Amino acid sequence: MSEARSYLELHFRDLEQQRETAELGMWVFLMTELLLFGGLFTAYTVYRSTYPQTFALASHELSAPIGTINTAVLLVSSFGVALSVHGAQVNGRKRLLVGLAVALLLGIVFLVLKGYEYHDHYVHHQVPGLDFAWTRPQPEQAQVFFFLYFLMTGVHAVHLIIGIAIVTVLWFQSYRRRYSPEYYTPVEVGGLYWHFVDVIWIFLYPLLYLIR
Amino acid sequence: MTTRVVSESTYIFVLLALLVLTVVTYLVSRVDLGKLNVVIALAIAATKVSLVALYFMHARYSSRLTRVVIGAGLAWLAILLTLTLTDYVTRTKF
Repeated sequence: MSEARSYLELHFRDLEQQRETAELGMWVFLMTELLLFGGLFTAYTVYRSTYPQTFALASHELSAPIGTINTAVLLVSSFGVALSVHGAQVNGRKRLLVGLAVALLLGIVFLVLKGYEYHDHYVHHQVPGLDFAWTRPQPEQAQVFFFLYFLMTGVHAVHLIIGIAIVTVLWFQSYRRRYSPEYYTPVEVGGLYWHFVDVIWIFLYPLLYLIR
Repeated sequence: MTTRVVSESTYIFVLLALLVLTVVTYLVSRVDLGKLNVVIALAIAATKVSLVALYFMHARYSSRLTRVVIGAGLAWLAILLTLTLTDYVTRTKF
């Protein structure tokens, strides 16, 4: 109990209330993030409904296999984070460390694949503002698609990089036995952030890669 | 202290469902269904997001206050999307 008390900040009644407050705070933050991405999705919806044919053509320039693999990569990484929370809850140290490590590695795999795609777009003159070239009709419309593609996947990638930083800290703290079934709030709350980044990608994947 | 420990088998089942739905999304997108394509893609994405939120993010087991916050976030998102789109869907092309 003395150990549990040391985790408790003095302005909370008990650890339960402290944990719920932290979780609520993260959810409030994630809802503001939802509206940030919501603005981008709204812009996307408007332009896709305005230029449907060009958006379909431009979408075919993206690699659907890489997009699909990256979706699976993020889903498994989220599973790793979920397992790590489970490990923290039941005092499963190995599960906690392995779950976080899996998420960390897969997060990096995602970024490497994304970087490979970005390089491919750069080589094929598909980056708006650099030397955008489009030999088919309506280059100005294709440019809008690619702009939205880079903006949405870019903002998503920034979030993933922050997520990787958070999970790295969580891993080292777990390694130093900072968490226990009594106190694992950072794992739970950091996990919420990681899952949210996954949630955004779940929508980006069909909307950007799979337009017919 | 009430902890909501979700069993490992639940997590594994959710992961498998998410991966299967990803493959289904990809396969459906290869078939021409006209306007249904985007509807199906969004329906599958919404299902996947619900699974992640309810089980991985423990929304299913969270406090009523947290659920209100999630509901409010979704409501604001709906307002953002629908009010913006009322302009675009009501425009007459001249």
